[in-house]
Amino acid sequence: MPVFHVVVCGGLVPDPLQTLEPVQGPAGWGLKNESMLPAILDPWAASALFEADSLARANPGSRVWLVSAAPKAKLQQVLMALAQKAAFELVAVDAQAGGFSDAAECASALAAAVNSIAGLDRSRLLLFGGWESASRGAGATLAILGEMLGISEQFQGVDQASPKPDGSLEILERVEGGRHQVSLLSAPPALLGWATGSLPEPPNNPQVGMLNMRSAMPALQKAAPSRLTGGGLALSSVELPSQRRDTRVVKDMPEDQVAREIVEWIAEK
Amino acid sequence: MSQPSTATPSLPLLQTLPGDEIRQILWGFQDRFELQMLVQSARSVARGPVARLVAQGGRASHDWNKDKDALLKAFDESGVTAAFLDPAHGGLFEGPKHLALGLIAFELASVDGGAATASQAGNLGLAPIHEVGTPQQVERYMSLASPPKPGEARRPLRAAFALTEPLPFVGVETGLLCGKVRVAEWKEGGEPLLEIDKRGRFITNMDYAGIVTAAVDTDDRRVKSSCMVILEEGDPGLFDRGAATRKLVHQLSSTRDPNFRLKIPASRIVGGYTVKDGVIVPNYSHAEVIEAVFKRTRVTVGLMTSAKLLSAVEPVIRYQRQRFRGGATVQPGTPRHDLGIQMKEDALHRLVDVWAMGEAGASLGFATARLYDELDPLEKEKNRELARRGVQGARARMKEMAGVEARAAELVRAGKSAAPGGDPLLRFAALDSVANVVCPATKLWNTGQGANAMREAVSLMGGYGITEDCPGFLGHKWMDAQLEATYEGPEAVQRRQLSLTMAQPLFLEQFRQWIRDLKSLAARRPETGACGLGTAMQLWLWTLGHLQDSTDADGTRLFGPNRQGVTFPLADALCWLLASRQQILDLADLEARGAANPALAETLPSTLAFLTDLAQVQAARACGEAGRLCAELVLGYQRHPVWDAEACQACFSQAELDGLEPYAPGLDSVAYGYSDVLDRDGKPPSKRGPCPSTAGLPAFLRLRSRLDACLTGCRLAKDRAARALARVMIPEALDYPQ
Ligand SMILES: Cc1cc2nc3c(=O)[nH]c(=O)nc-3n(C[C@H](O)[C@H](O)[C@H](O)COP(=O)(O)OP(=O)(O)OC[C@H]3O[C@@H](n4cnc5c(N)ncnc54)[C@H](O)[C@@H]3O)c2cc1C
Repeated sequence: MPVFHVVVCGGLVPDPLQTLEPVQGPAGWGLKNESMLPAILDPWAASALFEADSLARANPGSRVWLVSAAPKAKLQQVLMALAQKAAFELVAVDAQAGGFSDAAECASALAAAVNSIAGLDRSRLLLFGGWESASRGAGATLAILGEMLGISEQFQGVDQASPKPDGSLEILERVEGGRHQVSLLSAPPALLGWATGSLPEPPNNPQVGMLNMRSAMPALQKAAPSRLTGGGLALSSVELPSQRRDTRVVKDMPEDQVAREIVEWIAEK
Repeated sequence: MSQPSTATPSLPLLQTLPGDEIRQILWGFQDRFELQMLVQSARSVARGPVARLVAQGGRASHDWNKDKDALLKAFDESGVTAAFLDPAHGGLFEGPKHLALGLIAFELASVDGGAATASQAGNLGLAPIHEVGTPQQVERYMSLASPPKPGEARRPLRAAFALTEPLPFVGVETGLLCGKVRVAEWKEGGEPLLEIDKRGRFITNMDYAGIVTAAVDTDDRRVKSSCMVILEEGDPGLFDRGAATRKLVHQLSSTRDPNFRLKIPASRIVGGYTVKDGVIVPNYSHAEVIEAVFKRTRVTVGLMTSAKLLSAVEPVIRYQRQRFRGGATVQPGTPRHDLGIQMKEDALHRLVDVWAMGEAGASLGFATARLYDELDPLEKEKNRELARRGVQGARARMKEMAGVEARAAELVRAGKSAAPGGDPLLRFAALDSVANVVCPATKLWNTGQGANAMREAVSLMGGYGITEDCPGFLGHKWMDAQLEATYEGPEAVQRRQLSLTMAQPLFLEQFRQWIRDLKSLAARRPETGACGLGTAMQLWLWTLGHLQDSTDADGTRLFGPNRQGVTFPLADALCWLLASRQQILDLADLEARGAANPALAETLPSTLAFLTDLAQVQAARACGEAGRLCAELVLGYQRHPVWDAEACQACFSQAELDGLEPYAPGLDSVAYGYSDVLDRDGKPPSKRGPCPSTAGLPAFLRLRSRLDACLTGCRLAKDRAARALARVMIPEALDYPQ
């Protein structure tokens, strides 16, 4: 059975129920009250983490690391829920990274963190992350990180990675029209930018959490501060994608009627 | 000379609702990751399966069904069930677990009280065994109660606690036991077989409990006293789960009126027994067991109601702001669009009141839970120390501890620590005397006053508030709060306990110290309301002393077990003070510890300023309630004077004043201001009688009017808090369905 070393890269984003309002402060662009809002692991990266956990459990001897560049106190809060859902070793980079940071600069901080992982076997390395981020849909950071680490086998929009007994992996990437492109990776190292995958969010298990925290706390304590200066990036304007929330609470509506309304709505647009 | 300043420095307004980081500090678990995880775990069950079931109408029936049963599985899988147990029995962590259970109940009750009850009732059923069970009983039942490990196909054993009986037996009066224990068979040298006859009323978990801890009285001269026994499903005889209770509330918990006629071995007596002269002597009477159990589990119930109040804040703000949006004439960007009902001062002020009540209750409840976490190991240490001193038997232990308490009181009176050098006995005595007050206070005040405040919250939602569709299920929560005020001992039980424990000298010495501490805290943090609260505590203390030494107009003693009309309101007044005090103390903690957390640098100043305003609002309310109750008690038992000859003699007459006016101009108005004046025909003014003399009560009146003066500024604080409520950022939608 193959053994993988999966490194999952994921940042933090504000809880999606919060109102996100870009504001310009002394340190550049940010979201209003961002440091005060509850945060979660970027949902795309979270899919990657749950897939990594499942892959590692199915292939004994495999290991999972979570590399996260985020303010470490915020990260600690997020871990209280996240650490209960999957087993991983944490590598923390204490930095303010988000939708306004420069992707290359962030990738280089992550590359340094990945390179510092003791015991990481490059021949078993699967570098996981989100194919984009909920904080910004550019999808650049992971690709740049892969280049920096010299990983040329890159897959984006991944929904499935099935290992074969010989250590190769069949990988499904999203393409147009709800279809997937199927590739066969003969062997790691490779980079997989995950879409949603197919696993549900695992339930919380405090026992898993406490085990994780034994190693996560020291990792947080020794997290190296990394100041992302913006790498010369200047944003000339910032605006939220236009969106209108038209919320209606309806109970007990038959499926047919729901379908009819959706069809009407699409026809209107 | 420097002038006292009356200006309030302008402080930043609250930006976002207080998050987990703030709560962890306020409620004392910022260093305990296992608890932070449990909170997340319980929260995801509450806002996931529990909320979905409520939203789907799961509360429409009081019968147990598979959807409700699925919640038990969710509790098992998320660590909620195991949180009560020690790791040796499948639990999550070592040590006392009051704070942990309080936090879980808080999270679940933030969505649904019945779900919270369902998660805690098993703990209540096991609690007699946990508190006083023999090692064998603990080993057997705690292990069976642990949730299955992954891959293990086993349903955990669930427990019920059966004390309450059909009328006319056990309710508030727990001594009126109709449930009986008799010896069925006792073979020479063997273990006696007992016959149990017990009917229960309103017993939680009864749809699925595999064991029941039941209170029974002796009906056999071969059993010395009452006791609690463990009944197992499968014991020979009748194990009838009985009819379902037709509850109006907490429908996600199971409640039935069971009937048991079973034969069980004597080893099922909770805590064991000895045999003396052919008589079975239970090591613990049922009263001793329930005392040990309830003083712990009741705190959790109090927290459930406070959770409801705090959970109401976000949905109410959202409702208020969105109230007029969508109307043709209401344009985005106008105050009516953006603020909605929040344009109106009263709507904001009432929400400030609800929020302040929730904060105070949560502070009191969590502080009490932490106190029990501290007390539990101390109690064990105390018992070891007493054993080491050779003190044996309940009476000898009580006598020894009475001496310890007196010594601790002396030390506190002398301004010293109650436990110099950490002496465990002294320390235990000091903490226990406080716990015996704050536990019933939490149960009584958080639930009873919480239910009243919950009604206000419901009314802020208008008609929506009393529908099933109300976001945050506020209408359900209001009704649920009434059950929380009732089960595990209704308000009368808590007031009765407070009447005794609040008058204990060791508690009162510490209470005096608290007053001094609050006053000095007020010097550093004037805006908390601590100074006024200290004055209200002085007034309460004065009132207690006065009532203990006084009689009513008929010469009957005022303070005593048969004067609930005196002792109960005084207990109520104390609860207002205790809750407000803890709210202020928690703030001081937040300020100190929050400053050490760089992640809070941005949020701390505005959050602290807002919570300080809430504390002042709450302190003013507490001062008002305590002042009113104390005044009623001090003055209300005197007879109002009537217009008899003696009373009229003491009055001025108008004729007399007319004659004196040329010599003492203005005397007329002074006389009317200070006494009663008879008219020119010698007739008294048309009212009840002469105003009662307060000559004998100068100290009380001085304190009372100082207390009123202490309210200075409290409405400014309320205005500031209200302004913050109209500005604070809230999420776009509630994070659970409605
Ligand atoms: C949904 C639900 C679940 C419950 N679960 C359990 C359970 O699991 N196990 C269990 O054993 N019990 C349970 N109970 C029972 C509950 O604890 C009792 O209902 C409660 O203790 C009050 O007893 P009672 O209803 O007989 O009230 P009563 O004793 O009749 O008292 C009614 C009222 O009379 C007044 N009163 C009575 N006595 C005094 C007094 N001495 N001084 C002053 N005033 C007094 C008070 O106003 C009191 O509230 C549950 C009840 C409900 C509704």
